[in-house]
Amino acid sequence: MKDHSLALKLSAGFGFLFLYAPIVALIIYSFNESKLVTVWGGWSLKWYVELFRNEQIMNAAWVSLKIAFISATLASILGTIAGFVLSRMGKFRGKTMMAGWVTAPLVMPEVITGLSLLLLFVAMESMFGWPAGRGMTTIVIAHTTFCLAYVAVVVQSRLSSMDETLEEAAMDLGAKPVSLFFLITLPLIAPAILSGWLLSFTLSLDDLVIASFVSGPGNSTLPMVIFSKVRLGVTPEINALATLMILVVSIAVIAAIFLMRRQNRFQNP
Amino acid sequence: MRLGRWFVILMPMLWLAAFFFIPFLVVFKISLSEAMIAVPPYSPLLEWDPSNAYATLKVTFGNYLFLFESRFYLDAYLSSLRIAAVSTFFTLIIGFPIAYLIARSGPMARTILLSLVILPFWTSFLLRVYAWMSLLKKNGLVNDTLMSLGLIDQPLQILQTDVAVYIGIVYTYLPFMILPLYTTLEKMDMSLIEAAKDLGAKPWRAFCSVTLPLAKPGIIAGCLLVFIPAVGEFVIPSLLGGSDTLMIGRVLWDEFFLNRDWPLASAVAIIMLIVLVGPIMFMRNGNKEAM
Repeated sequence: MKDHSLALKLSAGFGFLFLYAPIVALIIYSFNESKLVTVWGGWSLKWYVELFRNEQIMNAAWVSLKIAFISATLASILGTIAGFVLSRMGKFRGKTMMAGWVTAPLVMPEVITGLSLLLLFVAMESMFGWPAGRGMTTIVIAHTTFCLAYVAVVVQSRLSSMDETLEEAAMDLGAKPVSLFFLITLPLIAPAILSGWLLSFTLSLDDLVIASFVSGPGNSTLPMVIFSKVRLGVTPEINALATLMILVVSIAVIAAIFLMRRQNRFQNP
Repeated sequence: MRLGRWFVILMPMLWLAAFFFIPFLVVFKISLSEAMIAVPPYSPLLEWDPSNAYATLKVTFGNYLFLFESRFYLDAYLSSLRIAAVSTFFTLIIGFPIAYLIARSGPMARTILLSLVILPFWTSFLLRVYAWMSLLKKNGLVNDTLMSLGLIDQPLQILQTDVAVYIGIVYTYLPFMILPLYTTLEKMDMSLIEAAKDLGAKPWRAFCSVTLPLAKPGIIAGCLLVFIPAVGEFVIPSLLGGSDTLMIGRVLWDEFFLNRDWPLASAVAIIMLIVLVGPIMFMRNGNKEAM
């Protein structure tokens, strides 16, 4: 079946060029000696050195990494439960509503999510005195909420594409629901949870809008620092930072794909 | 075990209720109050009068009236919808051939091409928008290339125009279009196209009367996944757009952070939500078919 016409290849090729040209340009300019981003001054690593000397960026990166780690972990736990409930627990009252609540954060414009969470936190603080002020806790709660949705979708699609015979066999052999989950289901969906965790981690590291709403003074995340720097004027060390982040993410994505493929081979030998 | 079952079901439900659903009620409540110089900067909904132990409900629709009376907000909503619609259209035009090519490739090429689509989606959204800033500048790569090809002799002003916003939205949301399209195209039975060709249909005719209708669920899902978040976009118009690029997400941001009018910002959000409820419900129902 060869129907890859030249027109199709050309238009898809244009699409891929469009996807990658900016990223490639960014990587090349990160090695530029010149301070002017568009003028080529020869190869150099000096913006990488500048980057690691920049305390504001390094602090923000540390804050972001901590937040991303905690939110991704919480979101993986809650999201796995949600995905499991939606695909393995049969019918129960409120299931349709739960399915709606789980997928809605995926499409909700970020400004609305951010604004509503901040107003909730302010109202909660005046009513119960918690959370006192805003900072890491509130950002973690916000990120967990929208990452949970992604984990739930990934886990749910994995569970629904997987047949239930192993679980039924274990049940026939007398496994209790709790041990059934931890001994059979969890190991089977572990790669999906891991890729959900990685996705949540990068989504949390990446989020600017929601974090801007729910963060307090002194808790700027990396995207917030990048945004203010980029708005004020182009700083070449951002190119170096971007290149490093692309490198790390590429490795993570390749690892995730590798894991999923191994899992698939195990499932359908 | 009934108790354990309900405990498991309730855990994510309670979290989502507390941090996703109830916040909208809070936004709605605050949109009905008045802005005040206080902490928090809005009037309370219930006013307690200690002398006669009555609580009076204080509700104002002033914020909503203001939104409808002022030309500025109406224009912002309309221009957001326009920008999102045009961008969604171009995302579809660029995304379709890619999704089609992937769906028709062999297993190995499919994995590689699919990863190439997903990779940019995993890299920082903000940094990808920033990458376009340096490409689209007066002395950026795009202008340099066009000039050296002799297509233009003056650098074009692309950055800080609506065109740059279109490019930014199409670029960052492209994977959201390609993935659902790919999912439906992959499931498509190719013998139908062959049958159409055997019956004498030209490729274009076969595409329009066979491929396109079969891809419809994917097209709808992809368009909604791009359109809904694009309407509220804040980062792209503020980095790539000009001062005259009017988008409601940016208006809400300014109302909240610069003017510090929380009740008005809440009303802006509620109206935006109402405008998007239709597409979001549609998305939820269409989801089951396409994903």
